[in-house]
Amino acid sequence: MSTANALKPSQRMKIPRAKSAEQDAHERACNFLEVALGFSVEQALSEATRCLECKDPVCMTGCPVNVDIRSFLQLMMVEDYAGAVRKIRESNYLPAICGRVCPQETQCEAVCTMGKKHEPVAIGKLERFVADYESLRGLFVPPAGAPQRAEKVAIVGSGPSGLTCAAELAQKGYQVTVFEALHEVGGVLRYGIPEFRLPRTVLDMEIGRVKDLGVEILTNFVVGMTATLDELMDTWGFSAIYLGTGAGSPSFMEIPGEGLIGVYSANEFLTRVNLMRAYAFPDTDTPVRIGKHVAVIGGGNTAMDAVRTSLRLGAEKAYLVYRRSRTEMPARDEEIHHAEEEGVEFLLLTNPLRILGNEKHEVRGMECQRMELGEPDSSGRRKPVPIPGSEFVLEVETVIEAVGQSPNPIVQSTTPGLKTGRKGVVEVGEKQETSRRGVFAGGDLSRGGATVILAMKDGKTAAAAIDEYLNGKRDLVVVAPETAVPQTARS
Amino acid sequence: MFKIREKEFLSPTIARFVIEAPFIAPKRKPGNFVILRVSERGERIPITLVDSDPGAGTVTLIVQGIGKTTKELLTKNVGDAIPDVVGPLGKPTPIHTNETIVCVGGGVGTAELLPITRALHAAGNIVYSIVGARSRDLIILEQEMAAASDELFMTTDDGSYGRKGFVTDQLRDLLTSRKVDTVYAIGPLPMMKAVSGVTKDAGVKTVVSLNALMVDGTGMCGGCRVSVGGKMRFACVDGPEFNAHEVDFDELIIRNRSYSEHERESVQRFEESHACQARGAEVAP
Repeated sequence: MSTANALKPSQRMKIPRAKSAEQDAHERACNFLEVALGFSVEQALSEATRCLECKDPVCMTGCPVNVDIRSFLQLMMVEDYAGAVRKIRESNYLPAICGRVCPQETQCEAVCTMGKKHEPVAIGKLERFVADYESLRGLFVPPAGAPQRAEKVAIVGSGPSGLTCAAELAQKGYQVTVFEALHEVGGVLRYGIPEFRLPRTVLDMEIGRVKDLGVEILTNFVVGMTATLDELMDTWGFSAIYLGTGAGSPSFMEIPGEGLIGVYSANEFLTRVNLMRAYAFPDTDTPVRIGKHVAVIGGGNTAMDAVRTSLRLGAEKAYLVYRRSRTEMPARDEEIHHAEEEGVEFLLLTNPLRILGNEKHEVRGMECQRMELGEPDSSGRRKPVPIPGSEFVLEVETVIEAVGQSPNPIVQSTTPGLKTGRKGVVEVGEKQETSRRGVFAGGDLSRGGATVILAMKDGKTAAAAIDEYLNGKRDLVVVAPETAVPQTARS
Repeated sequence: MFKIREKEFLSPTIARFVIEAPFIAPKRKPGNFVILRVSERGERIPITLVDSDPGAGTVTLIVQGIGKTTKELLTKNVGDAIPDVVGPLGKPTPIHTNETIVCVGGGVGTAELLPITRALHAAGNIVYSIVGARSRDLIILEQEMAAASDELFMTTDDGSYGRKGFVTDQLRDLLTSRKVDTVYAIGPLPMMKAVSGVTKDAGVKTVVSLNALMVDGTGMCGGCRVSVGGKMRFACVDGPEFNAHEVDFDELIIRNRSYSEHERESVQRFEESHACQARGAEVAP
């Protein structure tokens, strides 16, 4: 393969990994502007040059949607940044989002050859760079579309999975309609992920690109209630349906005191702030209660989002309460690191027992217990065991629980014959097919709780299967209930 | 956008709206509600679907101006549009047959009760209804409730109309004089709690519709969680109707006060800006 890179591998290895500028930790903890500022053109070019252009680009296999990383980096090396993002968009229609929220450190960058002896190429930051570069300079060119098809496909849910499936199918020429229950588009990207990680302008821009492909998006439409799945097929004339309704139903710890004023699920808290813009109350109508001291329970990305949001709403003290140790935390390292920098206090090996209130039934404290790590449990993580006599009361006025979510039950409960497993997770086969003919599902709805990129991967797989299905191979893609395999949660 | 086709004040603070909602209209069942947003910066609030006309593609809502959003809604007129209306949401009322049923409505809760009363009456049940309000000017839907009931009893707290006293006074009398299978009660939480107390003593099954705080209305936020029979349930997807005798009313009453200070601030700001607009209109040519 010819290379535009004149440097020898040994020279490339000497180039240090570029560091993206970030807003100052103290400053950013008081605003909702993006934390990571992204690469300059010079940084991006230097970073792309570090790529060793491996004959066997293992980074591609590390990417759930198999972005041709080597090719996009080679285009960057010749400073064709718009060409680079077009190359990414061939396999990933949401590059500005993925460049920001993907856990690259456990995917493409984890297997990068450069990473064996040095730091891996900053693939994620480069993806973000080319997407932003194209957008800022107005260089977007829509991909060439396939001839129009007569078949209509319905996508349920406008989160990352649904948007990806919609973009893929629209490029294949299908008539695609996305149904969204909320009044704004984007699903978890809109209500869940805060603006300091994913600015609304970036989200709107990428949704706009999907709409530009001819995709119709109907908001304020709850499939299962406004129309059932069967009605979409029989009355509305959809030939196939993709379900990407996510895992939006919050779990609670079910400890005493959860009925007190000032206790939130992370979903409610983040929805109030992100979707309803409660940070601008009373200029907006949706309020949120934020105490001087806030405790967020959990160790995942949602917990990090909630605790960092608390600081930005003016909490003087924000605690992250997690019953295991830092190594067991499912959150991305970068998010944990950012939370620490911003002043979040981590109370690890700490388990909440009950929430305490005052005479007005407002939260005033949370009784916790210290834990130690015992033997590994079924998840392979060491099980936390309470230390007797270690109870103490944490003074807080707001408690936010980020202890897991399960799929929203509305579609499942209104669709006869749709096979579900534990917690209402929809069972799917290898091609994301469900037990209902012509109905496919993916993302958190079939995984129970995973990442944006895995949801996108499912949307892509389903789009290919729907295409196959609508091209006449109708029997190939109906999962027999006994062959349905629940996908593993949390990858 | 959801255009307002008709608007009519039923009392100085309560209005009936007929709104274009072609997808929702054919799907509405008694007990369902919608979530709506009145402006681009607005909050999402649940409002019961009182009626629908699938042919015309419209739904009927009855709204009392209490908070900022409902007050703002009352300023909207025929031809104006509501940006967001989503539904129908919530589990529809299971319609019993061959029963003697008492339907108890308090204040604007009567609007929520009307479609249920109609459905129960149409299904051949014997339906006695009690409609109560603080005073005569807050009584709504008397004729409609009368048409949907075998007998209708009116009460006002101040005695300005019907029987002086509370709906529970009338209910106690009915429970002693007639054999009642089920009671439906919709109104302010303290009223539903009081009704529940009366019927629990009398051993009569009672259903209430809970107006908990909601954001999305589809089971995603958990803000509407209520304790029913000691278990956490979401009013939006598990309800809004529950067995009254299992509901922890005190907890819900407290939770519904979560934002009372915010609400006051919001209402004050709205009324100030609204007064300015009104003054502006006066001086305009």
